[in-house]
Amino acid sequence: MEMVLSHDNNIALAKQGNRRELAKLLTIIESGERLPIKESNESWVLGVTGPPGVGKSTLIGVMIDEWVRRGEKVAVLAIDPSSPKSGGALLGDRMRMSSADNGESVFIRSLATRNHPGGLMPFLDSMINLLSYCGWTKIIIETVGSGQSEIRIVAFANRIMLVDGPDRGDIIQAEKAGIIELADIIVINKSDLPNSDAAAISIKKSLEYSNKGNDTIVMLTSSINNTGVSELIEELDNLHVDKDRSILRTKERLLSAWDYRLLSNPSLNDILLNLESGAINLDEALNHL
Amino acid sequence: MSMRIVIAKPGLDGHDRGAKVIARALRDAGHEVIYTGLRRKPSEIVRVVMDEDAVAVGLSTLSGAHNVLIPKVCEELISNGMGDVIVFAGGIIPESDRDYLYSLGVRAIFGPGTKTSSIIDFLEIISERKNSQLDVGVGEKIGWRWS
Repeated sequence: MEMVLSHDNNIALAKQGNRRELAKLLTIIESGERLPIKESNESWVLGVTGPPGVGKSTLIGVMIDEWVRRGEKVAVLAIDPSSPKSGGALLGDRMRMSSADNGESVFIRSLATRNHPGGLMPFLDSMINLLSYCGWTKIIIETVGSGQSEIRIVAFANRIMLVDGPDRGDIIQAEKAGIIELADIIVINKSDLPNSDAAAISIKKSLEYSNKGNDTIVMLTSSINNTGVSELIEELDNLHVDKDRSILRTKERLLSAWDYRLLSNPSLNDILLNLESGAINLDEALNHL
Repeated sequence: MSMRIVIAKPGLDGHDRGAKVIARALRDAGHEVIYTGLRRKPSEIVRVVMDEDAVAVGLSTLSGAHNVLIPKVCEELISNGMGDVIVFAGGIIPESDRDYLYSLGVRAIFGPGTKTSSIIDFLEIISERKNSQLDVGVGEKIGWRWS
């Protein structure tokens, strides 16, 4: 009880704008503790996904500047992978959003995936609720950016932006991954490079081909030249979210919680060793867990 | 014990090979490292340490401005209520300048030729000191330092 009371005090301070308290509360949430904050359906949460190297972090950096100019308070949760060998992580997303380290209207927190594949852990919900409660009006989750786990972003974000680059040659890859169908906005970044127009057209065609009434927005941006960014912000702010994802959202939330529980099971290591040595089979392992 | 550590490049110094090697070594030792990138103001570095809730910050400087930049980071950490954060430094910092920096609460200075394993050992020790509530933060009692 005492614990909860002391957190209440910290939460109150964070709500008043104390960043240090907010940062410490996020650490507490990351460690697996639940905070007594009401769930909110009002939060504005944008999931930013797309292959590594297309410029997600840099683009978010310039988007932050634009939103701050418009009087918004922007919080970013930037997820980077942990090393499967050492468990350590090199979190370098925020170095590309460096103009954002000034001013009171931006808060960036780097998160390592730890042992959770894709890093889209169930406690992201609590982090979003806390940030929203503390008055952050635009909350962005930047995903690791690879693998089919990307779809899980629908569990946490109510708007989804897929970022790709020109001339990547793997627009087919994006289609395979399925996230292209879920995205509300698709951005071809690095439009200062050749072939970006062609990339945008081919994505539009491909979307029309699979779904006649498709209204997914396809846009071009260049973070270096700062072109297309204010248009992108305009689209995002006016985005009418009508894609029915509620079943998928619920399913991905369940899977996220399920993965988390499985991977935090204290006997997981013993079971893995038994499984590896052949002492038990997969079905038995699942039953133990 | 895994920690969250900021590795920062203060000031107008474009040499980051050292900082990147350290960042990787710490990652390989199981720590979560937030790298700030080049040319950061002391106030920006303090902001990163705060938002990321980092336990320690390593400042890499090769420009000769260490006696200006490192004290600023130390002061701002303390004035922002983050005296418990551990500060260590690296790069080109002459012996004759080091006592001054230690007197401000810097707990270790690693020069050229340092083995990355020494830095890992230092982090183990500061983690133990922190857990035993011994002075180790930049705003805590000066005295103990890595040597």
